[in-house]
Amino acid sequence: MNKPKMKSFTEPKTVTDYPLGATCPSDHITSINAGWRTYRPVIDQEKCVLCMRCFLVCPDGVIDKSSDRLEIDYDFCKGCGVCAYECKPKAIKMVKEAEFNG
Amino acid sequence: MMPKITAKNLTNDELFYGHKACGGCGESLAVRLAMKILGERTFASLPAGCMSAVSFIYPNMAFKTNAIITPFASTGAVAAGVAAGLKALGIENTYSVGFAGDGGTADIGLQALSGAIDRGDQIIYFCNDNEAYMNTGIQKSGLTPYGTRTTTSPAGENLPGSVTTKKNMFEIVAAHDIAYAATASVGYLEDYMMKVEKAKSVKGTSYIHILAPCPTGWGTPSEITISLAKEAVDCGLWYLAEYENGEFKLNKDPKAFTPVADYVKKQGRFKHLTETDIEHLETQRDKKWLKMRRDWNK
Ligand SMILES: Cc1ncc(C[n+]2csc(CCOP(=O)(O)OP(=O)(O)O)c2C)c(N)n1
Ligand code: SF4
Ligand code: SF4
Ligand code: SF4
Ligand SMILES: [Mg+2]
Repeated sequence: MNKPKMKSFTEPKTVTDYPLGATCPSDHITSINAGWRTYRPVIDQEKCVLCMRCFLVCPDGVIDKSSDRLEIDYDFCKGCGVCAYECKPKAIKMVKEAEFNG
Repeated sequence: MMPKITAKNLTNDELFYGHKACGGCGESLAVRLAMKILGERTFASLPAGCMSAVSFIYPNMAFKTNAIITPFASTGAVAAGVAAGLKALGIENTYSVGFAGDGGTADIGLQALSGAIDRGDQIIYFCNDNEAYMNTGIQKSGLTPYGTRTTTSPAGENLPGSVTTKKNMFEIVAAHDIAYAATASVGYLEDYMMKVEKAKSVKGTSYIHILAPCPTGWGTPSEITISLAKEAVDCGLWYLAEYENGEFKLNKDPKAFTPVADYVKKQGRFKHLTETDIEHLETQRDKKWLKMRRDWNK
């Protein structure tokens, strides 16, 4: 997986701790989006033909193609279902989050 | 020949990541793919609107490149200023781009955009068209289609929703004799990516107008964003075209349109439309296509 990671951030305590100029560095995400999901996309690697359609259409860019099989960055996947809907071989299943949290 | 950008050869690097747009947001996909094609030496200017609101939430910053929020009316002017600054500092091989909404383009930022095109400023301007002012809770803009229910164009016994039609932004921009202009849809992503790639080597101003469904404002399930944007083109309510060297070109000329009724019935914002309203939309569509097919290259 080769996707940007969440950054740690210390709340400013006094006004002098606030940055001057640009408000924050770029590529600076301090909270994840995983909690937005009701359904989690799960790739069936057997069915996947590596067409990369899901990688292309994911509005959040969380599908990673840097290795020989696709991986999903579940920290930032919102569970929108676009990937599963657009996958022709139906290799992505949307599974209720509750099933993972016991 | 320009190399064709496909899902397979598109870079894995994300330059717009971790943003807080709603799940299935079409605009965020348009920005994501544009940034991937433009690369790290890109300076993005975004006015008020969903794309700035979801990516600059202090201390969060979803862009991996330089990016700035502009005054609402000023996307074209700020992007032009950035381009001028880069030139003055001798910083080469960069792109100055604007990403504005439909409201920020066709209404509020029209003058600044017009000025930039008139001067031929070296910028790429993206209009992310979700057909209303979404970030403030779905108000009608100059790009809201006829018959759309918004909070400022309610539908009821006396009104069919919006009574005005979409401003013809593509042709307004082309009328400036801009260097390059194109329309696109998140339903036809290879076409869109080709247009972004093309804009990179244009001398002067480029304008790319992309239709991008908004599940929240359109009242649609998040997973159908891409297929809905494709259907908008297939039913003829949107079109894929380019303007360059003073000529219009229709990139896609469907032999037969899919039914407009199928497209509108999927969306909460059009649920109230009667058969007469839908016929009205079809009449408008046919008039437009008659002209495009007659006057534009294919
Ligand atoms: C001068 C000014 N007027 C009004 C606003 C309020 N405002 C912020 S975002 C927005 C809606 C933007 O709509 P659009 O440009 O279509 O972008 P979208 O949010 O739909 O992506 C409005 C009206 C503002 N920030 N500044
Ligand atoms: S769209 Fe489906 S088949 Fe194609 S790469 Fe993704 S999971 Fe695999
Ligand atoms: S569910 Fe949505 S956010 Fe998650 S991987 Fe699929 S397309 Fe991307
Ligand atoms: S309201 Fe619409 S345009 Fe705005 S973030 Fe949500 S889906 Fe995207
Ligand atoms: Mg809008």
